[in-house]
Amino acid sequence: MLAYIIRRVFQSALVLLVVGLVAFSMFSFVGDPVDNMLGQERTQADIERLRETLGLDQPFVVQYWRFLEQAAQGNFGLSYRQGRPVAEILVERLPATLELAFVSGLMALFGGIALGIFTAIRRRGVSANIIMTASLIGVSLPTFLIGILLIYLFSVELGWLPSFGRGEVTRIGNWTTGFLTTSGLKALILPAITLGLYQMTLIMRLVRTEMLEVLRMDYIRFARARGIREKSVNFRHALKNTLVPVITITGLQLGSIIAFAIITETVFQWPGVGLLFINAIQFVDIPVMAAYLMMISVMFVGINLIVDMLYFAIDPRLRADRTAGGH
Amino acid sequence: MTDTPVLSVRNLVVEIPTRHGLLRPVDDVSYDIEAGEILGVVGESGAGKSMTGNAVIGLLDPPARITSGEILLSGQPIHNLERSALRRLRGKKMGMIFQDPLTSLNPLLTIGDQLSETILEHLDISQTQARKRAIAALEEVGIPAASARINSYPHEFSGGMRQRVVIALALCAEPDLIIADEPTTALDVSVQAQIMALLKRLCRDRGVAVMLVTHDMGVIAEAADRVAVMYAGRLAELGAVREVLTNARHPYTAGLMASTPLASQGRKRLRQIPGAMPRLGALPTGCAFHPRCDHAQDQCRQEPGPTLDRCDGRAACWFPIGADTKEEAQA
Ligand SMILES: Nc1ncnc2c1ncn2[C@@H]1O[C@H](COP(=O)(O)OP(=O)(O)OP(=O)(O)O)[C@@H](O)[C@H]1O
Ligand SMILES: [Mg+2]
Repeated sequence: MLAYIIRRVFQSALVLLVVGLVAFSMFSFVGDPVDNMLGQERTQADIERLRETLGLDQPFVVQYWRFLEQAAQGNFGLSYRQGRPVAEILVERLPATLELAFVSGLMALFGGIALGIFTAIRRRGVSANIIMTASLIGVSLPTFLIGILLIYLFSVELGWLPSFGRGEVTRIGNWTTGFLTTSGLKALILPAITLGLYQMTLIMRLVRTEMLEVLRMDYIRFARARGIREKSVNFRHALKNTLVPVITITGLQLGSIIAFAIITETVFQWPGVGLLFINAIQFVDIPVMAAYLMMISVMFVGINLIVDMLYFAIDPRLRADRTAGGH
Repeated sequence: MTDTPVLSVRNLVVEIPTRHGLLRPVDDVSYDIEAGEILGVVGESGAGKSMTGNAVIGLLDPPARITSGEILLSGQPIHNLERSALRRLRGKKMGMIFQDPLTSLNPLLTIGDQLSETILEHLDISQTQARKRAIAALEEVGIPAASARINSYPHEFSGGMRQRVVIALALCAEPDLIIADEPTTALDVSVQAQIMALLKRLCRDRGVAVMLVTHDMGVIAEAADRVAVMYAGRLAELGAVREVLTNARHPYTAGLMASTPLASQGRKRLRQIPGAMPRLGALPTGCAFHPRCDHAQDQCRQEPGPTLDRCDGRAACWFPIGADTKEEAQA
């Protein structure tokens, strides 16, 4: 198992190096930052000075190495647009995105598993069929459309919930949270639904398919033949066996929730890293874009790694070192 | 022991509605199993053996359902019980063993968990007592070092050992009836004999009634007390093993015997029954076996096969083998 973990960590590092290269290449291929940062009234000396400060006069490999070194320490340089350290801006924006992703992730996971189990156990029932049909809509409608529909219904027509922003936030150290005020919580509802709906339907359909598969297995039949009650058959025997694929997908979905947050944050003007990234693209703010890319890929890779470890926790057949012999 | 048989199946009919009409995988089947007795059930694939077992234990897959007849467990009717009442009987009063021990155990639960869970479901005892009983159950089916292995997962056992675990699971709440659906088919030949010996011993020691479904005439000859031969959903023949094996009355049984190598028969040439069993949707008129029967007469082609009573409760045949000609003429 240790060898496996080491191998996976090594692979992850490789992936990050490649992403780092892409992120770094953007500096040399997309636009000239110096043009963007200095106004019309610049002198040659100004340009030289700035190039030196930004390290743009070094050869490519040296610059890449310095970039990695700095990135590893969380230092992504100055934002071209705001002139402030990128890390500072990210840290400022991250709580908004993480809180949004957390809430919609929870919603997707628990809603998806619950609905998946329900539609599998009651697969001939009317309500299960209605849910399945509705979920098709959830999968096929684009995120921004769902967001706009929700805004139209709940903000414009009914006026119940705000259509943009985070509401009132409370500051705790470096973290700003919307969980502690009513307006913050209200502001969270629509973006969280918008962001989590697709993932929820995906998880639901996955859980349902896996569950139906497992319910056909001999050991389920045997459990029934031993008089085990339905609740236990469904939740103890069947659900556990559906969890391995569900965890894989859910883990990957968690990564994409943070990535997809870009669209939701744009629709709802949610002041998170996604919106920051979109704005950075408009202003060709390469350091911010590069930092965002790196951050997202670290998250993806990290989540993947955790998912792999979870396999071992769930499935005893993978824990080879536990085998007591006797074959 | 009382005179009431543990299991009594009376004129059982199972039907499956399909787009092409109503199928009857089990058609008017009746038999009893006494305590301590092993009833072997044989017949070609698709004869309705598993369907009968599933009907008894109440695990028919919809749309299949019991449409008439009775099932009595120790004299009590169970065919009309509601689901939860029937569930409480499963495991406690009747258990089932399936063909494949590799897939019968939940791979993610330890065998101790699966045993305790079953015991706690049916008996009002504490967790620790349940654990003790689980270990005892494993010891009884011959798992060595049971107390050490109780926390093992199914994949840590070999096929034969797993089937022992399955038997322990089926028996751990001490049911009166066990339905064993081809319990040895998926096992090595050497392991098969051990598992059969185990089943026989448990049946004798505990007075459990066993319905043993199998394709293997050797297993029947070795283990069963009586044997029921099924053909196309109906009972073809029913009787004591020695009688049926050496002196078959139904031509189908005779054909089955002739096509099975048995030590007791010496080196006789094996003969196949010509043709194949008809599909349920396309049963011939008259006796379902007549197209394959050497002895078929006009009556067999026109009238449905008789009930077992026709031949002393032995064979469902208009012209059973060995019946004298006078009887035939009367019919
Ligand atoms: N859902 C269904 N729809 C139609 N026919 C079915 C259905 N389920 C089972 N059958 C039919 O019921 C009949 C009885 O099946 P059963 O499983 O009892 O046979 P069996 O005697 O146990 O055979 P085997 O030796 O192969 O296990 C078969 O002919 C099968 O084709
Ligand atoms: Mg069968």
